[in-house]
Amino acid sequence: MISINKLTKKYGERTALAEVSLTIGQGEIFGLLGPNGAGKTTLIRILNRLTAFDSGEITMQGTPLTMNSKALQTAIGLVPQHINLDGELTVLENLELHGRLYHLPKEERKVRIKELLSYVELADRADDFVQKLSGGMKRRLMIARALLHQPRLLFLDEPTVGLDPQVRRRLWDLILSLSSQGLTVLLTTHYIEEAEALCQRVAIMEKGRLIACDTPQAMRQKLGTYAVEWVDSAGIKTEFFTERPKALSFIEQLAGNAVLRDTNLEDVFVELTGRKVSP
Amino acid sequence: MIYDIITVCWRDWLVLKRRLGRFILARMISPILYLVAFGWGLGSQIQAYQGRYIDFVVPGILALNSMLLSFNAVGSPLNMSRLYHKTLEEYLVAPISYTSFVFGKILSGMLRGFISSSVIILLAYLFGAHFKLGLVFWFVLVLNCALFAALGFVAAMYMGSHEEMANFNTYVLTPMSFLCGTFFTADRLPVLMQYVLEVLPLTHTSHALRQAAGSGELLWSSALVMILYTAGFIGISIVKMRQCKE
Repeated sequence: MISINKLTKKYGERTALAEVSLTIGQGEIFGLLGPNGAGKTTLIRILNRLTAFDSGEITMQGTPLTMNSKALQTAIGLVPQHINLDGELTVLENLELHGRLYHLPKEERKVRIKELLSYVELADRADDFVQKLSGGMKRRLMIARALLHQPRLLFLDEPTVGLDPQVRRRLWDLILSLSSQGLTVLLTTHYIEEAEALCQRVAIMEKGRLIACDTPQAMRQKLGTYAVEWVDSAGIKTEFFTERPKALSFIEQLAGNAVLRDTNLEDVFVELTGRKVSP
Repeated sequence: MIYDIITVCWRDWLVLKRRLGRFILARMISPILYLVAFGWGLGSQIQAYQGRYIDFVVPGILALNSMLLSFNAVGSPLNMSRLYHKTLEEYLVAPISYTSFVFGKILSGMLRGFISSSVIILLAYLFGAHFKLGLVFWFVLVLNCALFAALGFVAAMYMGSHEEMANFNTYVLTPMSFLCGTFFTADRLPVLMQYVLEVLPLTHTSHALRQAAGSGELLWSSALVMILYTAGFIGISIVKMRQCKE
């Protein structure tokens, strides 16, 4: 579905992406995980032809991507990190404008808008101006807008950033339901729990490099499923174990308090990079 | 392409339609002040250019007003859309051509300039001005709207902040408003300054509008300069849209 081969992008001396290669399958929810500045947004912008790349190859649905390739435009739905809804228009008008820009026939546009407003639970806010919506509602409207022209690929750049946990959960349900309909979803996030909850596979990025790519489960298993965490004079220490009895016996050997927990993607990230994923 | 141009205009028309009353009312203030000050006040005390000063100044007021309106209708909103609201990205990723977007925005700017100019023409008649309102006059006026809407597009794509846009107004549009034959002819200014002013597009609008208002004839040389400026600005706008993608 999406194949990226040795993709490189530089801004002057700074390398934003360094020979990134990955493939994303049809209907998959694929996560790009990494701290701010890791290159996630650059990659999303390149896939949307908003940023040119220096070298490498990208193929989407068998079609090579270039800055001038228009064939893929209608196949992609984009939800950028920043709220870029038109503040001078109502909810309905924002969707109407998008439908017109993507050349949806009038009747189809009308039906799709009605369906999607209901799907993202904004039907009763159709005539409200965008400024009146909460952060979560704006995000849902952006997802509805991205889906209006029935794309086969949906790119979500930090879709839940700045939202409270309840709203975030509602968006997760929405994203999961999209994947069940066969849509391929590529999302970037620096929330570990988001990547674990949504993504079938995750790529960890740091400083423009892809340092790991696998299922969250496989990544945790490689490190050790069990983590023992304790505090000593040097700070928080963590040790990983593949078997629970070994972890428990290690805790017994420790003089201070220690806790046993499941290994998570944050642990994987810290082990791989030596630093935390959160910004 | 036509459909995409209409879509871009449709969005701007939705916004304008909601505040059309306020828009027209606000656009009446400056022209009324100009007409009172330069038409009734100053104009009643001076004999100008083989006629009444108010008849001389109305084409100038129309030239500068349509310039400011068309420029600001495109310039500031587009600059904000590009730099702050990021709504321009919606158009950049959509399957519409850059040319359609540029023409759509310029047409929207022209519409605002045209509505405002129509209001001024009406006011000018109420203030007792006499001028020929023929096809040539409208042609020059609409061309001026297109020229400065296109310049607004260019400025919006070059200026790196809202403050820079304001500076563009201060350093480029304000001097043109006063010096380009709007309130007086440039023939008594220093020769070097006259040459400089002849290069500026608003001077040609003032010349062409005044000729059309007087004799009803088209001043071809000025119209040609205006057309060249407009075509140039449209061309630059399209190139800048392409470069908008990093």
